[in-house]
Amino acid sequence: MTREIAVVAFAQTDHRRSTEESSEVEMLMPVLHDVLQQTGLKTADIGFTCSGSSDYLAGRAFSFTLALDGVGAWPPVSESHVEMDGAWALYEAWTKLLTGDADTALVYSYGKSSPGSVRDVLTRQLDPYYVAPLWPDSVALAALQAQALMDAGHTDEPALAAVGARSRAAAAANPHAQLKGRTPQGDYIVRPLRTGDCPPVGDGAAAVILAAGERARQLCERPAWIRGIDHRIEAHGLGVRDLTDSPSTRLAAEHAGVFERPVDTAELHAPFSAQEVLLRRVLRLGDDVRVNPSGGALAANPVMAAGLIRIGEAAARIHRGASDRALAHATSGPCLQQNLVAVLEGDPR
Amino acid sequence: MSKEPVAVVGIGQTKHVAARRDVSIAGLVREAARRALEDAELTWADVGAVVIGKAPDFFEGVMMPELYLADALGAVGKPMLRVHTAGSVGGSTALVAANLVAARVHGTVLTLAFEKQSESNAMWGLSLPIPFQQPLLAGAGGFFAPHVRAYMRRSGAPDAIGSLVAYKDRRNALKNPYAHLHEHDLTLEKVQASPMLWDPIRYSETCPSSDGACAMVLTDRAGAARAPRPPAWMLGGAMRSEPTLFAGKDFVSPQAGKDCAADVYRQAGIADPRRDIDAVEMYVPFSWYEPMWLENLGFAEEGEGWKLTESGVTELDGDLPVNMSGGVLSANPIGASGMIRFAEAALQVRGQAGEHQVDGARKVLGHAYGGGSQFFSMWLVGATPPGA
Repeated sequence: MTREIAVVAFAQTDHRRSTEESSEVEMLMPVLHDVLQQTGLKTADIGFTCSGSSDYLAGRAFSFTLALDGVGAWPPVSESHVEMDGAWALYEAWTKLLTGDADTALVYSYGKSSPGSVRDVLTRQLDPYYVAPLWPDSVALAALQAQALMDAGHTDEPALAAVGARSRAAAAANPHAQLKGRTPQGDYIVRPLRTGDCPPVGDGAAAVILAAGERARQLCERPAWIRGIDHRIEAHGLGVRDLTDSPSTRLAAEHAGVFERPVDTAELHAPFSAQEVLLRRVLRLGDDVRVNPSGGALAANPVMAAGLIRIGEAAARIHRGASDRALAHATSGPCLQQNLVAVLEGDPR
Repeated sequence: MSKEPVAVVGIGQTKHVAARRDVSIAGLVREAARRALEDAELTWADVGAVVIGKAPDFFEGVMMPELYLADALGAVGKPMLRVHTAGSVGGSTALVAANLVAARVHGTVLTLAFEKQSESNAMWGLSLPIPFQQPLLAGAGGFFAPHVRAYMRRSGAPDAIGSLVAYKDRRNALKNPYAHLHEHDLTLEKVQASPMLWDPIRYSETCPSSDGACAMVLTDRAGAARAPRPPAWMLGGAMRSEPTLFAGKDFVSPQAGKDCAADVYRQAGIADPRRDIDAVEMYVPFSWYEPMWLENLGFAEEGEGWKLTESGVTELDGDLPVNMSGGVLSANPIGASGMIRFAEAALQVRGQAGEHQVDGARKVLGHAYGGGSQFFSMWLVGATPPGA
């Protein structure tokens, strides 16, 4: 019998263009306190802690070590860190709870893009010998993908504009979003992508608490049960990938059980409008599915936390009864190279 | 619920050297991964997931290099996780991979850790000045030297202990074809005459900067039954972390290390580590950390660890051999160093450690630490399955 594991609490910062006045730890602390307060747990009650972040955003090696000081890891805690989006930290924590070694887990992640130029920083993710020296930036690569989708007849500029407008309209109801309400589509940044097709650059953090079985029911009125979660990676070289498809997302979705029953909500980590078009098709999301009611990554995209926030937003809708079965998706790497898909469900009402 | 037993059925390392100019980062990791698969007599198709670790991305100047390495490690179409827990990462990476098997999420997992230090300068990668935060003081040695001093003062250990450890580990390395440093003409006198770098740490008592990778194939009970060579069974594994900087921290013997070891011993049913454990691969980047960790891990009473070293107990033919492979002092591809400790422990209980094999090694501890003695990861492996 597999253990049932649920998201029982979620918190995030208000995402902002710059948080120069605070350190990463100071940005993270209120979020940690928030999730703990929601459950009444203390750091010492948590069975396993896992975080996600990237040294390259902070501009220094071992940046995550001081965040742990903020957690208050005393007495010492069972703890780990992935140099990935927090969604993958959640995956590691989920595995840990499955083994039975822990009943609760604290998962957090954070990213500050304001200290540098995130477009330049992300070029350092690319093949260091053949591609990175050319400095192709994240917007240019996304534009390549958007153009490929247009050439294949999957979308056009008005459709992309509609994705941006809908996301930012939805974000009006999200107090944490960075860009919200009526936002002009703007000028081209890299054709065919305009400002409105691209995510805002910002700083932010998020945290989630997971719990297993009965513990979850004690901590949360309506836990968001993780019915399935899986992630897959694709080849790195863009030349060997079909940029109009996302086989890794499809495979992860199959393994997570997405296609067994319809979902009512999907929180997609699509930093660029064209990527939402692609993900909707690969995940077979119909028009009746509410996609990114939070506004998604087009309204707030704190790098390294945006994926975990998708899981948190989906879980929060289940907590408050706005969803019964939700899909959450996170991505990493250029042009959706790596994708994680989770299915969350609430108990029948 | 019960966990699936985890077995190590394949191990691969590269020859660790100062600079592997003949291979890219991808070429380096693939070499270790292929050797692990060959040892297990498996192919890329048998692997369900890949878990990779390394120390800071700044060391090679590649952000999240697992993205670029997906193809080289046969991960396309599979889950790939990237672990980073500072110097303990090699051990943590193996434990994250082991959990995928223990939780029955995957049957067979490839785990790998690497560092290609020649692509940059790790000393300065560790020395970035950050406002309002304590820098690592010109490399790791500057951070750890005062804690070694504190140990010497607390324990009353004679000044020569550190050089004994370095001399022993470098001699052990001569028996390990993968070790970076093979100093055939080294003498104890030469160690003691080497330049003082961070008092009391001398040049010959520090780890080298290495390029290298280490890989393991971990599998479930069914996978172990098909393995061509004896598996090493994981009998216990744990990670513990504590804050880097706070008034109550004991830098000489951190509580997180004690708690981590205690958890591993509890899982493995070890009542008396000194009697029940046959050998140890421990993370000793500066020679004095051998006596310090002997105490932290429960092999000696507080203040007594140096006596084990001095009396030869930790020699290759001693009663409790430590760092049979030559240890971190003889090869330090930082991100891989923890996994090498775990893998060398597994080699010993499989009886595959070649010239540096300890006769009759049945239970061996692999140990890693990182940050400011802040992160710990350990596993205990045995020649027989858990409960047997």
